[in-house]
Amino acid sequence: MVPLSWYMMLSIAVFVIGVFGFLSRRNIIIVFMSIELMLNAVNINLISLSHYLQDMRGQILAFFVIAVAAAEAAIGLAIVIALFRNKATAHVDEVKEMQG
Amino acid sequence: MKLYLLIPFLPLTAFVINILLGKEVLRDKAHWPSILAVVGSFFITITSVLPQAMAGKVINEDLYTWMVSGTFNVTVGFLIDPLTAVMLVVVTTCASLIHIYAVGYMHGDKGYYRFFAYMSLFTFCMLMLVMGNNFMQLYFGWEGVGLCSYFLIGYYFNKKSAADAGKKAFIVNRFGDFGFGIGVFMIFLTFGTLHYAPVFANAAGITGQTVNFLGWNVDLPTLIALLLFCGAVGKSAQVPLHVWLPDAMEGPTPVSALIHAATMVTAGVFMVARCNPIFNLSEIAMNTVAIVGATTSLFTATIAITQNDIKRIIAYSTCSHLGLMFLACGVGAYAAGIFHLYTHAFFKALLFLAAGSVIHAVHTNDIQEMGGLKKYMPITYAVFVIAALSAGGVPGFSGFFSKDEIIWSAYASHSSVGKLVWLMGTAVAFFTPFYTFRLIFLTFHGKYRGGHPEEHGHSAHGSSHGSHQGEHHIHESPKVMTIPLILLAVGAVAAGWVGIPPILGGGAHFAEFLKPVVGHPEFHGTHAEEWGVMGLSTIIALSGIGLAAFFYLRKTDLPEKIAKQFSGIYNILYHKYYIDELYHYTIVKPTLWVADKVIVAITDARIIEGIVNGVPGAIGKFSGNLRKVQTGLAQHYGILMAAGAFFIIALVLLLR
Repeated sequence: MVPLSWYMMLSIAVFVIGVFGFLSRRNIIIVFMSIELMLNAVNINLISLSHYLQDMRGQILAFFVIAVAAAEAAIGLAIVIALFRNKATAHVDEVKEMQG
Repeated sequence: MKLYLLIPFLPLTAFVINILLGKEVLRDKAHWPSILAVVGSFFITITSVLPQAMAGKVINEDLYTWMVSGTFNVTVGFLIDPLTAVMLVVVTTCASLIHIYAVGYMHGDKGYYRFFAYMSLFTFCMLMLVMGNNFMQLYFGWEGVGLCSYFLIGYYFNKKSAADAGKKAFIVNRFGDFGFGIGVFMIFLTFGTLHYAPVFANAAGITGQTVNFLGWNVDLPTLIALLLFCGAVGKSAQVPLHVWLPDAMEGPTPVSALIHAATMVTAGVFMVARCNPIFNLSEIAMNTVAIVGATTSLFTATIAITQNDIKRIIAYSTCSHLGLMFLACGVGAYAAGIFHLYTHAFFKALLFLAAGSVIHAVHTNDIQEMGGLKKYMPITYAVFVIAALSAGGVPGFSGFFSKDEIIWSAYASHSSVGKLVWLMGTAVAFFTPFYTFRLIFLTFHGKYRGGHPEEHGHSAHGSSHGSHQGEHHIHESPKVMTIPLILLAVGAVAAGWVGIPPILGGGAHFAEFLKPVVGHPEFHGTHAEEWGVMGLSTIIALSGIGLAAFFYLRKTDLPEKIAKQFSGIYNILYHKYYIDELYHYTIVKPTLWVADKVIVAITDARIIEGIVNGVPGAIGKFSGNLRKVQTGLAQHYGILMAAGAFFIIALVLLLR
């Protein structure tokens, strides 16, 4: 039987990898994947706690997160394509029109 | 519905109609509402108010609570007693005739509706002033007529001199009204009310009381009376605040006739007469009134001799006559003062309107450029002479009776300055006919001195519009102007007949009528003395006319020689005793200096602009720095978010 703390550590590890990737990578696709990693880290956390507490609400919430992540990926990729058509780049640090 | 309420509110209605509809709808018919309203007021006055007042019925009622604050309670209320009735007759009669005259005089003017709107507003304010039963309403009317006066003096606002004259009138009046306002405060402070009736009933109770005013202990009745008189000095253009009235002649002539001769400027006299229970308590105040009046009268009469602007001469004459009215009030003969106010309104309005008729024909104000107009304008000439005879105090004309009444009152009163002001008044009786007939002889007699020679008149007129017209283009004014002139001439002759003194076989009905309001001073003097005083002033008046005729008809080169001979005196008179220059250097210049060097240079440029520019400057600098936080790079925001989340988590863990 795998103890709860292992799941939690896995979740933290995945989340931190996501944060690190989000902050450090230039390629916008990788940034996206990092966001997905963070979301899935949260999902692992939710499901493991749901099982530990024998409460189904955690799993229901995980489905919501997956659904939202799918929608976000669809819109995000559309934005990436629109961006690439306009600027011919997929690097986040080259897009700074919104600066003050 | 009380009928007398229509008297002030008809003109107010006309004002509202004209100001709303005049420009777009009524246009050149804008005179109709104003004339109908003021004529309506006139008929109500004559048919309803005057008979009631004659029957001895006094109306004094509050209609509406205007403002309440603690014990301070002001109402809109009306008092109609003999004094008000006289003023109503004067105001509505003159206003009606002058409104009708203005139809001809102002015909085709761009601001036609504006003119009539303000005339109606003025009439409303003037009627509120005379009909009020408390000092607040008096003050309301007082400031209202001042405002309308400002509007109408500056009626030709494109002309700098007119705009300046309007400002001058308004600002000079501020000096007087400041005192007047404090006087009203003092009345409230002393009596706890602003209604005439309780104030005057309790006035005798304050005799001998003193009050600390600006650190001095002064006699209370004297203080109140003098403060009120300050307002009268400003409004009625008495020395030293007389300077605005001659400049006010920049306004259209009907305005000069209505506001600056017949009605508004007499408000000061009305107010002094109305407040006679207060003035009677203080000998100092009474003597001040008498001396100021007599001084103004003599002072301005001498200025009028040398002036060349037809309207300014009449304006100085107005100052002079107002001075006589104050002289009468100052010796306790309020009835004589009001009587002169009443006759003066007719002959002075007539003088102005006749002058307006002349100006309308020759398009200049300078009497040196007129002359010989008698044959072209017979009606104007006739009424001008009638007005001048009345103003000059020639026996039989109304001005004679009122002026004689004043001079006799001054002579016979118990006032300690009575004899002095009598002498001054008698001197004025010489100057008045002299300068009015100088005006007539220069304007109507002799040869035409202005414009182009007759033979070139036509072509010159065709090529240069608006310049001097050739002599044969001068013509009599239209009927709409001459008929009011004729009606006013009737008034100028006959208005005084209601006050013929007993010594001439009259009943002095006027003085009797006013007796309930202003009382009757005790005179000491024999019939012989009265005949003597009257005879003396009559001889002096006639000699004034005679001298004018001698100077300006017989020996026309003599005035110039005398002016050269006595150039010192002549220059002083011609420059109006340099009063304007004196004020310019002692008041206007320092004020402008302070405005320029202190208000503009320090307060405005440093302090106000420092605050106004400094605050947004600081905010701009701060936000300019803050702006740099927003880099537009998504990952920078991500780092801030992560750092923030880390910080909060750390905080939660540490503080647990």
